[in-house]
Amino acid sequence: MTLSMTLPQTGFRRYTSALSLTAWIAVIVTAVVVLVSVLAPSLAPYDPDYVDLDNVLAGPSAQHLLGTDALGRDLLSRLMFGGRTSLLGPTLVVLGSAVLGLLLGLAAGWSDGWLGKILGRVFDILFAFPALLVSMLAVALFGKGLVAPIIAMTIAYVPYVARLTQGLVASERARPYVQAYRVLGFRTPWVVLGRVLPNLIPTVGAQSALNFGYVLADLAALSFIGLGVQPPTSDWGAMIEESRGALLGGYILPAFWPALVVVIVVVAVNVIGEEISDRIGGKLS
Amino acid sequence: MTAVDVKPSPDSPGPGGAGGPDGNGGPGVPGASGNARKRKGASRRLSFVLVKLGSLLLTLFVASLAVFFSRFLVPGDPARFLLRGRSPKPEALAEITRQYGLDKPPWEQYVNWLGGILHGDWGRSLTYRQDVSEVLLNRLPTTLQLVALAAVFITLLGLLAGIIASLNKGFGDKFILITLTAAGAVPPFVAAIGLVAVFSVNLGWFPSFGSGDGVWDRIWHLTLPALALGVTYIAFVARVTRSSMNEQLIREHVEVATSRGLTRSSVVVRHVLRNALGPILTVSGVLIAGLLVSSAIIEQTFGLTGIGQLLVQSIDRLDFGVVQAIVMVVVTAFVVVNTVVDLVQPLIDPRISAGSETR
Repeated sequence: MTLSMTLPQTGFRRYTSALSLTAWIAVIVTAVVVLVSVLAPSLAPYDPDYVDLDNVLAGPSAQHLLGTDALGRDLLSRLMFGGRTSLLGPTLVVLGSAVLGLLLGLAAGWSDGWLGKILGRVFDILFAFPALLVSMLAVALFGKGLVAPIIAMTIAYVPYVARLTQGLVASERARPYVQAYRVLGFRTPWVVLGRVLPNLIPTVGAQSALNFGYVLADLAALSFIGLGVQPPTSDWGAMIEESRGALLGGYILPAFWPALVVVIVVVAVNVIGEEISDRIGGKLS
Repeated sequence: MTAVDVKPSPDSPGPGGAGGPDGNGGPGVPGASGNARKRKGASRRLSFVLVKLGSLLLTLFVASLAVFFSRFLVPGDPARFLLRGRSPKPEALAEITRQYGLDKPPWEQYVNWLGGILHGDWGRSLTYRQDVSEVLLNRLPTTLQLVALAAVFITLLGLLAGIIASLNKGFGDKFILITLTAAGAVPPFVAAIGLVAVFSVNLGWFPSFGSGDGVWDRIWHLTLPALALGVTYIAFVARVTRSSMNEQLIREHVEVATSRGLTRSSVVVRHVLRNALGPILTVSGVLIAGLLVSSAIIEQTFGLTGIGQLLVQSIDRLDFGVVQAIVMVVVTAFVVVNTVVDLVQPLIDPRISAGSETR
C-alpha cells in the first residue's frame, strides 16, 4: 500500500484523482452536450427552422452532416437547438426540487416533534403522485407547453430529495461535531445551514443527477406525445415525434439522432450520479 | 416518472427508511417467554396492517382533494374553463354549471364529486357524450393486458438476464452490465420508436399500430408495446437480480449447499435466487405503478385504445372531467399496489418482521 492511499486527498484532487474512466467519459460527454447546446446559435450551421422542401429526408452529406428531416430542415442544427429546450427543463426541475427538498428535509430531519412527523406524512403523500402524471394534469389545467410541466415536476420531485435529506440530517444530528457545536452554544440555524448542509450536498447531488435523467426522459416524452414543446420549436422529444411519419416510410435517421442523444445524456448523468454515490459510500439505494 | 422510471420508493431501504427491510439484526428480539412473544408479535402485526391501511386511506383522501381542487388553481370562470375549445353557448354554460354544481360552494362540489365517485357516478365526458365510468371500463382491458404482458416480459427477461450476468464472471458479466446500463437509460417512447424501426419497418414481424382482435392477435399486437414499456424495468430488475445474486453467491449457506454436492442449478434456484427475490419484490410496487403511468405514452404511440391513450386524448381535447377521473384511478392504483407490496412482503420473507419498521 502506498502512502498516497492513506493520506486524504484535499481540494479538487479529491474529486478527480480516482475518477473511473467511465465517469470521465460521462463528465466529458455531458460537458460537450451542454456546451454545444448553450453555444448553438453560433455553432449551428443552419437556422433550425429553415425549411428546404427541395432537400427533404436527405442522408448525411457535406452540406448536412446528419441529414435533413421531412421538411428539409438541417438535423444537426435542430439537434443543437433542441438541446437548449431539452436540457433547460430538467435543469430547472432539478435545481428547484433540490432547493425545496433540502429546506423541507432539513426542517423535517431536525425537528423531533410534530413538524418532522407532519412533513414526513406530507412527503409520503407526495410520493403517491408520479411525476409524469402530475405534469399531465398540469397540462390539462394550464395548457400545452413546458411551463406547467416544469412546475408540476419540481413539486413531484421534492419528496425524493426531502426524504433523503430528512434521513441524512437525522443521522448527522447524532454525530459528535453537531453535539459539540450545540454544547458550545452555537445557534441552530448556523449549525444546520453552515455545518450540516455542506455534508449533505454530495448525496443530494447524486440523487439530483439521477433525477435529471428521469426528468429529461419524462419531459421529452411529454413533447413526444404533443403535450410539451410545440412545433416548430426544436426539442429532442418533439423531433422524434415529427419523424414518426418518415420512420414508417423507412427513413430512420431523423428519429435516430435525437433518440441517440437522449439515451447518451441519460446514461451519462446516471453514470455521474452513481459515481458520486459510490464515492460517498453508496448512501443512495 | 415516467418515469422511469425507477426512483427510490418511499419504502426502499434508503437512508430515510432508518434500517429498512435488510432483515439482519432487526431491533428487539426480547427474551420473553414464547407465548407472550407470539401474542406481542400478533398484535404488532395487526397494528402494522392497520397503520398501513390508515395511511392508504389518508393518502387517497388527500389525493382526491388535490385532484378535485386543482381545477380551482385556474383563474377565471370555471364553466368557461370546463368548456374550453367548445362554443360557450348560454345553454351549454347552464348545463355544465348544473352538471358540476358550479353555483354551489366549493366544499359542497367536492363532497358531491367524491360521493359520485364512490357510487360509480364519475360524471360525463364532453367528447364522448357518455358516462366517464363507461368510457373507462371500455378501455380498461387493453391497459391491463398491456401492463400484464409487460410485467411478464420484465419478470422473465429481467430475471434471466440478471441470473446469466451473475453466473458469468469476467467478460460476459461486463458485457451484460454495460448493455443493461444502456437499456436502463432508454425511455419507453424511445424504445417504442426503436422497436418499431427494427421489428415493424425493417423486419415486418410485428404491427406498429392498433390493438388487434382475438387472443393471439392481441398478444401479437401488444408485444412491441409491452417490450417498449418494459425495457427500462427489464434492465432494472436484471441489475437488482444480479447484485442480489452476487451477494448471495458468496454466503456460507450457498457454499455449504455446493459442498453437499447439490447441482449448480438447484443451488442457484433454491438457495440463491430464493433469497435474492426480496429486493426485487421491494421495488415491484413502484415498477407496476410506473408501468401504469408510462402506458399513457406507449398506448398513444402504438394507437392502443387503453386508458393511457384516453388520458392523452382527453388532455388534447380539453375534456377535464375524464382527465380528473383517470388521474384519480392511476393514483389509487399506485397507492394500493404499494400498500399491497408492503403488506405481502413480510409473508414472503419472514426475516422482514412486520412490526419492526421504525418509521
